[in-house]
Amino acid sequence: MTTTATGYADLPRLISLMTGDDKHHAAAESTVDVIWVLYDRVLDIRPENITDPARDRFLLSKGHGPMAYYAVLTAKGFLGEAELADWSSARSRLGHHPDRKRAPGVEISSGSLGHGLPIALGTALGLRARGYAGRVVTLVGDAELEEGSNAEAIAVGARFGLESLTAVVVDNQSAGLGWPGGVACRFEVEGWATRTVSGRDHDALYAAFTAAHPGRPLAVVAVVEPKG
Amino acid sequence: MRETFLTTVEEIVDADPDVAVVLAEISAARLAEAARRHPDRVVNVGIREQLLVSTGAGFALAGLRPIVHTFNAFLVERAFEQIKLDLVHQDVGAVLVSYGASYDMPAEGRTHQAPGDVALIDSLPCWYVHVPGHPAEAKRLLLDSVPGDSRVYLRLSADQNAEAHLGVGFQRLRTGSRGVVLAVGPMLDRVLAATRDLDVTVLYASTVRPFDAAGLRAAVGEPADVVLVEPYLTGTSAHQVSEALADIPHRLLSLGTRRDSEVRTYGTRADHDLAHGLDAGSIALSLKGFLRG
Repeated sequence: MTTTATGYADLPRLISLMTGDDKHHAAAESTVDVIWVLYDRVLDIRPENITDPARDRFLLSKGHGPMAYYAVLTAKGFLGEAELADWSSARSRLGHHPDRKRAPGVEISSGSLGHGLPIALGTALGLRARGYAGRVVTLVGDAELEEGSNAEAIAVGARFGLESLTAVVVDNQSAGLGWPGGVACRFEVEGWATRTVSGRDHDALYAAFTAAHPGRPLAVVAVVEPKG
Repeated sequence: MRETFLTTVEEIVDADPDVAVVLAEISAARLAEAARRHPDRVVNVGIREQLLVSTGAGFALAGLRPIVHTFNAFLVERAFEQIKLDLVHQDVGAVLVSYGASYDMPAEGRTHQAPGDVALIDSLPCWYVHVPGHPAEAKRLLLDSVPGDSRVYLRLSADQNAEAHLGVGFQRLRTGSRGVVLAVGPMLDRVLAATRDLDVTVLYASTVRPFDAAGLRAAVGEPADVVLVEPYLTGTSAHQVSEALADIPHRLLSLGTRRDSEVRTYGTRADHDLAHGLDAGSIALSLKGFLRG
């Protein structure tokens, strides 16, 4: 895979290849820092181990607006920079919602909201049954959390003590009816460990993702600027 | 049939470390011992059918073979988008096993009736659909479904025939000249009763997807008169018959559960058979009106 991208500093440029906008817009991508920290520092997901059944997994549940995701996958060698500008065309394997059957490194096809966390729960159960230590991290939006399927998975993930399961909620305060008391308490009341941090602070995100939470799943609420 | 399934699934999960069983309360008490032996592979997510199907998909993504089970109204209708996206669109396999059929629990009312389940599954690509008419067929079809990563819908029913027919494809049980009657699953014995004095060919199917078009072609005359008797929504397989016989003149009568109205009756399965015209007498009457000569 030929790529000239090497790191975080390249992400705005890679994103702008898809958006056509200036890098101001690109830097505002709500998920870019969370996804970067996960791939760069937290999870062991590389082109070399992507078929290893014991690997860590990142499931992008909020499939809408996947430019930051594609940019990170490019920076990490899964995608080629040359294909970004042509995304969403009939020739491209990169659509407005990712397709796991087409884009390398993509673990689930998403777009319809409320599917990633329940699938992540089943994947974490499967890895546990296999005796694999791989982590399963899924990214959901605060508005996506309105889908009731998430409530089913939040309750059961804690009942099953799924320590390997992490939900990161990128909170740009876009839930139509809001979450009085905050997002984290929805997880807390069911028994999840929770951390609420800035979704732009890489060290804080890293600390939140890596702090111990024995016997419980982890919810990281990554707060970013309100959706404009 | 349901009891045979539960006994068999317990044997499977004991013998095969690749299999996971996912439940949503229904049948969980019956499989509690298996869950104690295999807590990581026999899981009950409670009354959460969306999560039921998604959990099965997650097990498949982790490399296990999920068997996912509850009543068909909740498995197929309530969680249909999870079937469409988490299984089919992710392109992972699962064995979905339902109980309840079209009206196995008639006194429970419409909420527990799902005659449209097979039609819904049929709207998605690449499914095996089995409609066993006998516990021994259900067991055989379940055991056949476990190896591999195909997508299977196994529709269990309270109704069953006196004898099992364990062949594959459309099995010819009687040969006649006035037409072909295709009986699906639990419809067989009543079709045999309804056609006792009729000069017709009777085919039996416990597997309706894939549809054995070659078996149907081999059984029909020309012109072809076909009667489809299915224990779910009328005409669910009509498009398959139409495709199988596209190049020869044919007539088709589809019998199944009514499309024109809900049957707002409690009572027994026999009461519902009558209401849908699926008892032996009603089937015989329908045949007499349709067949020529």
